[in-house]
Amino acid sequence: MAKTKLASYELFSRDTQAFVYGNQTRAVQRMLDFDYLCRKETPSVAAMITPERGGFEKFFWGTKEITIPKVMTIAEAVKRWPEADVMINFASQRSAFDSTMEALATDTIRTIAVIAEGIPERQTRIMAATAKQKSKWIIGPATVGGLKAGCFKLGNTAGTMDNIKEAKLYRPGSVGFVSVSGGLSNEAYNIVARATDGLYEGIAIGGDAFPCSTLLDHLLRYEQNPAIKMLVCLGELGGTAEVQIAEAVKGGRIKKPLVMWVTGTCAKVLPGEVQFGHAGARAGSAAETADAKNQALRDAGVVVPTSFNDYHEKIKQTYDGLVKKGVIKPAEETTPPNIPMDYAQAVAEGLVRKPTNFISTICDESGDVHNYAGIPIDEVIERKLGIGGVIGLLWFKKEIPPYAREFLEMVIQIIADHGAAVSGAHNTIVTARAGKDLISSLVSGILTIGPRFGGAVNGAAEHFLIGLRGQMAPRDFVDHMKAKNVNVQGIGHKLHTLENPDKRVELMKNFAKAHFTNTPLLDYALAVEQVTTKKKNNLILNVDGCIGVLLVDLLKELKFTDAEIDQMIKMDLFNALFVLGRSIGLMGHYFDQNRLEQGLYRHPLDDILYDVPDRPEVVG
Amino acid sequence: MAQKGIREVDAKQIIAKAVGQLSAGELAFDDRIVLVTPETDLAALPKQYPWLNTTKLVAKPDQLFGKRGVNNLLAVDKTFDEVKAWIGERMNKEVTIQQTTGKTTGVLTHFLIEPYVPHDVEYYLAFTSHGDTDTIHFSTQGGINVEEAWDSVVHIDVPVLAQSADVRVAKKLPKIPNPEMVARFIEVLYRVFVDYHFAYLEFNPFTFAGGKLVPLDCVAKLDDTAAYQCAEKWGAVEFPKAFGTTATKEEAYVKSLDEKTGASLKLTVLNPKGRVWLLVAGGGASVIYADTVVDLGYAKELANYGEYSGDPTTELTYEYTKTLLDLMTREPDPKGREKFLIIGGGIANFTDVAKTFTGIIQALEQYKDRLQKNKVKIYIRRGGPNYKEGLEKMRKVGERIGVPVEVYGPETHMTAVVSMALEGRK
Repeated sequence: MAKTKLASYELFSRDTQAFVYGNQTRAVQRMLDFDYLCRKETPSVAAMITPERGGFEKFFWGTKEITIPKVMTIAEAVKRWPEADVMINFASQRSAFDSTMEALATDTIRTIAVIAEGIPERQTRIMAATAKQKSKWIIGPATVGGLKAGCFKLGNTAGTMDNIKEAKLYRPGSVGFVSVSGGLSNEAYNIVARATDGLYEGIAIGGDAFPCSTLLDHLLRYEQNPAIKMLVCLGELGGTAEVQIAEAVKGGRIKKPLVMWVTGTCAKVLPGEVQFGHAGARAGSAAETADAKNQALRDAGVVVPTSFNDYHEKIKQTYDGLVKKGVIKPAEETTPPNIPMDYAQAVAEGLVRKPTNFISTICDESGDVHNYAGIPIDEVIERKLGIGGVIGLLWFKKEIPPYAREFLEMVIQIIADHGAAVSGAHNTIVTARAGKDLISSLVSGILTIGPRFGGAVNGAAEHFLIGLRGQMAPRDFVDHMKAKNVNVQGIGHKLHTLENPDKRVELMKNFAKAHFTNTPLLDYALAVEQVTTKKKNNLILNVDGCIGVLLVDLLKELKFTDAEIDQMIKMDLFNALFVLGRSIGLMGHYFDQNRLEQGLYRHPLDDILYDVPDRPEVVG
Repeated sequence: MAQKGIREVDAKQIIAKAVGQLSAGELAFDDRIVLVTPETDLAALPKQYPWLNTTKLVAKPDQLFGKRGVNNLLAVDKTFDEVKAWIGERMNKEVTIQQTTGKTTGVLTHFLIEPYVPHDVEYYLAFTSHGDTDTIHFSTQGGINVEEAWDSVVHIDVPVLAQSADVRVAKKLPKIPNPEMVARFIEVLYRVFVDYHFAYLEFNPFTFAGGKLVPLDCVAKLDDTAAYQCAEKWGAVEFPKAFGTTATKEEAYVKSLDEKTGASLKLTVLNPKGRVWLLVAGGGASVIYADTVVDLGYAKELANYGEYSGDPTTELTYEYTKTLLDLMTREPDPKGREKFLIIGGGIANFTDVAKTFTGIIQALEQYKDRLQKNKVKIYIRRGGPNYKEGLEKMRKVGERIGVPVEVYGPETHMTAVVSMALEGRK
């Protein structure tokens, strides 16, 4: 990029390229918006320096999106962008010293704005002395920064784009302004914009006791700059910076008209040592009081109002005088381009709307506390709703009674694992032994769940409902299914018989009998069991079947309609309970295999029947 | 914030430990000193500090004020029993002290006891900071009259970029007995000053006894922003409030709110009978509003200094406003005049002005009757994001609660509302 060499009294130009140290995306966006408002062709941020992560970050340039590179070290930044001579340092109070000293040591970075507040004074003084030694500039610490109207803006200076437009900061005027406070700089820019043809440059030096560059440093810079016709300054009680300004005016080092006010005149009526907001704002001796400094400035010939109330008026009078004398030719008005409003702001102001693409009716994480079906999570815990209660909220969207919660939790416990030999566990173990991760191993096990394995919960509910709703006698139901050549799901067990019942089934049945008012589908299934066990004594209602029918009975207890229950069956909600419970066991197997450091599993050859023809049949 | 005074006891103990460490045991700094608070069991002290019974003692208040001799608050060359009685007579008593800055009244709560060391020489030593240099001040004519003997003080400037361990002062000292030892002490104390982030350190006077440096009086300020790197060096150091600044109940409450949040809430009540109350956003702006009241000649009517900033929550703003309104509306002006509430502020950077007014509005509504009874008139001036909506809300609340409210935006000079209220000026 073609760059004009800066005069020694200028820190910024329209070509200025800067680094932003720290992941301050909002500050960068505000700088780019300012650039765009000033009708610049290139963004002023060369790169962000973010020690945590490199890469790129997206930003808006008007309505378009652009990317700004991110690098992890100052060394890399200065190597890749030697034309960048400004760094805005957003590092914290603890790390700002190191990064600033590193930047001072580079050949190319000339001006550094240090934003952090609360840097130890000795470190600040070392930074200041080092900068002076190297003829470099530090603005801060504890500052919002500053800006050169129509050219360049440091970080978050001057607030929102509305403020910036109001104060006409998109084009240069004739006034050089410097203050201690950054918080009041907007106010000052507003005053300057109303009382004069506008700001040329504004700097807030920061409120520390030892600012790295002083009010006087910047006023002397403005004094040398022929584009600046008058100076405006806002000082503070404490320290002797304003006294030095009075001396500089007396000694002829500052000749341009200067309007200045030192705040803190109220300190004399405050008790003891009231510390104002700034670390430097405390008068240690009579000469450091605001009254004494205002008087010293007045005596030196500076335009000092009688109170802040007349600050505006004094600035206006001084400006008007310069225009009259022909020293100032008022800057021409320009119209800045429009900066599109951010979507988030437009939403906040109720200016735009858009249809959503997603909808959630079971939980909401957009508020202060996440909630499940409207119940805040802390309440879920406090009221001990448990896993059963959470299932009720997230699966059924209902708060279910304690016995229902207990039943669901009982089911989960019962089906958590059925040993290492069943399909699911087997798959998980084989996958784990192949060195795959937790998720792969778990999923490999879960994928076996279906009509033959575990899926019987859903199937049993579906089948027995056919009989019950069709008011078929149990024997007719068995015949009906046989005629259709369908095995009744949930019937049959390897070992257990009526005489040697499955304890788990007994537990569930007893619980339901004790807590449900009616168990119509269980009763029907047990009647069917009477028929099937006549054929073969192990054709009993098994665990899956019992869960299936009892879930239907439970849902009826909870006043769900038949249509709702059918929909749940259709969307595998009953199997979900099996998947949930069994995942506990599958993960247990994965951990077990890992702890045992089991190697790759290879199935023994003698366990496979090889029945391959000598040659394949040739077809076609 | 930044430079904070610490107790003499803490200063001497931090320095005694540091001198031992930095000189690798070569130099010794007398570390015999005890702090006495209202909770201290005086009778039990000699068990922990046996020297209390074996030496003559000095006792004085340790509450960040000097000129204790002049103010008759110094017990010298006393036995422990005498010291106990002396402290007992003064503990929890209110005294008025005369300082260079004027008179201050406060309650005595902290005393120190240290050995009384008879001495011939009284040296003066101080370390100060000024931008790019530190200065070491030394005189052989220390004591309360050092200011009159200021010509005797040697000032040694040390650039801030110098290595503190390399500083040598022997050649710059006036003629004294044992100059090497005195120089070594000054050099090590300068290192302590630098490495331990002191902002100010003064021994006036100090002397030597038995090869040890004995600080007869010490004033110290630490740079509290360095706390994060000095936890071990400083130990459990305390930053007491200046003597005589006891907070009122309301001030203490606002301070407790301030400590709970990253935002800033400050309140100092100046004159509860004053008619001008400030509720101003922003540290810089709040000072200027208070200035303007004073500069226009109404210092006596200024009821408070305070500010809220850093985007406090609605709840905090409500609590803060309520505290202020409660103080403001306890009794109508005895002469039946109006009172003024100035809700001021500059042009905010990013703070949503309308949002910050929500808490204020809630409090105003709650105090409706008392505001009316006290003839309160409200002036508002604020700018920044969403200020128009904020001002409109304020105007409406005035109508709703029947209290006169005038609102102004950035087109009106920030402090113009002060003169409008006080002088009826538009």
